[in-house]
Amino acid sequence: MARMKFLCDAERCIECNACVTACKNEHEVPWGINRRRVVTIDDGIPGEKSISVACMHCTDAPCQAVCPVDCFYTTDDGVVLHDKDICIGCGYCFYACPFGAPQYPQEGAFGARGKMDKCTFCAGGPESDNSQAELDKYGRNRLAEGKLPLCAEMCSTKALLAGDGDIVADLFRNRVVRRGGRPDTWGWNTAYKD
Amino acid sequence: MSATSTMNLAQRKKIMRRSFIVMLLAIILLPLSGYWLIGNQVTDNEATVTNPRADTWRQVRQGSPDAYTAVQGRETNVLIQNMAQNWRQLRNGPLATYGSWLIFSVLAALTLFYLTRGQVKLTHPRTGKTVERWTLNERRLHWLTATLFIILAITGLSLLYGRYVLIPIMGHVAFAAYADVAKWAHNILGPVFSVALLVLLIKWFKENLFSRIDLEWFKGFGGIIGDQHPPAGKFNGGEKLWYWTLATAGVAICATGFVLDFPNFDQSRFVIQISHLIHLSTAFLLIAFAFGHIYIGTIGTEGALEGMTTGHVDTAWAEQHHNLWLEELQAQQQADSEKQTSQ
Repeated sequence: MARMKFLCDAERCIECNACVTACKNEHEVPWGINRRRVVTIDDGIPGEKSISVACMHCTDAPCQAVCPVDCFYTTDDGVVLHDKDICIGCGYCFYACPFGAPQYPQEGAFGARGKMDKCTFCAGGPESDNSQAELDKYGRNRLAEGKLPLCAEMCSTKALLAGDGDIVADLFRNRVVRRGGRPDTWGWNTAYKD
Repeated sequence: MSATSTMNLAQRKKIMRRSFIVMLLAIILLPLSGYWLIGNQVTDNEATVTNPRADTWRQVRQGSPDAYTAVQGRETNVLIQNMAQNWRQLRNGPLATYGSWLIFSVLAALTLFYLTRGQVKLTHPRTGKTVERWTLNERRLHWLTATLFIILAITGLSLLYGRYVLIPIMGHVAFAAYADVAKWAHNILGPVFSVALLVLLIKWFKENLFSRIDLEWFKGFGGIIGDQHPPAGKFNGGEKLWYWTLATAGVAICATGFVLDFPNFDQSRFVIQISHLIHLSTAFLLIAFAFGHIYIGTIGTEGALEGMTTGHVDTAWAEQHHNLWLEELQAQQQADSEKQTSQ
């Protein structure tokens, strides 16, 4: 079984915000809710770095641990999803998440929270795959269609990687090794054939 | 001859001691002399230049306060919020664990106390004469605050422990339906409770200032333990302690409750998390104290509850539990009647 992971290559991200836009469009996320965002450190200064961040689908997810109604579940692919029929909009997952992933539509006066919304790793929710109910509540279920999250799929510099953690890690390891124009594995090209 | 040799010996010992100290200092100080050289040479060279990539990740770990993001919203430029994990650990760990221990040990202690000591009975038979203890408005205020407190305590505890206690019984869907109502009830009734509590604190403020009499009351354990009858005015030492718990922990729970209840003021996550932890710990304190208060006011003391239900108490009860207050009332009554007769 795959263990799905996100990885953002800070050396490649150019802060185009296309992942943010693609996510909003794909899932028809309501106004004011951002499942993904790009953060730039040292903006405008040499050494500037950008990172795209959304729900990280943690192994020991804090949101899952503090939820009073226990509405979270982890799929076989390691994706953390939640049931909006059970969610009461208490805000505790927002208190507990270090990445600021949980989002709430405003429901009523004084900023009262509606049911929580967050990145689903394009894997929908507990409803049957690709049903209308699932689309309305959680957006598209690309994983059920055999596709990977759209944000990573269409990333122009391939900074954002999404998929099985082992493959993502291999890709990134290769990049790190070859960064700077030539491989950092000194002597390998001469010594080894493959 | 022998004298000079001892002199020499003493002198030699002195020299040995001195040279020993000098050698010791040399052993300690000489290896450090390298720093003196370095200290003069390197001041603002490569040593102060840090790895730029390390700086980036350090900023991330420190909450990236100066970071930029195009996405609007609360703290959207923060990549990692450091208090979040601590909040989770404290809420799910010590607070949930020791909170339940506190509640259960208070309940156990009260049960044990009732079984051993039993009800504090009236020492003298009822006289049949009554005096007014609480006016209608005071009783309304008390019961409004009390009812709201109980509802808030039950709904609040449901959000903390419901997952472990109620979901196994009710199932996820039914508990979620209840929890949704509980959340709204808690959020709406919280501010109402705050107002009621504030009015109550203002109304009973003067009578609850501590005096020397309360010290005697506490020394006699309020007549709860033993058969003493320590003196008390309208409010005894225990009631005053409850009042001041409400005036401190009660006010804190209301203030933090407002922070949690109104997320529209853009308060930071850190403020919310700290408020929640204070809200939780004061809630346990107040619930534990309320158990004691309810016990003493109902089954713990004969004739105590009727004061808060009918508003009147028997003079025998007043004499036993609030003697100074009764004396005060009688003195005032006498003065009033004297005034009438003189007119």
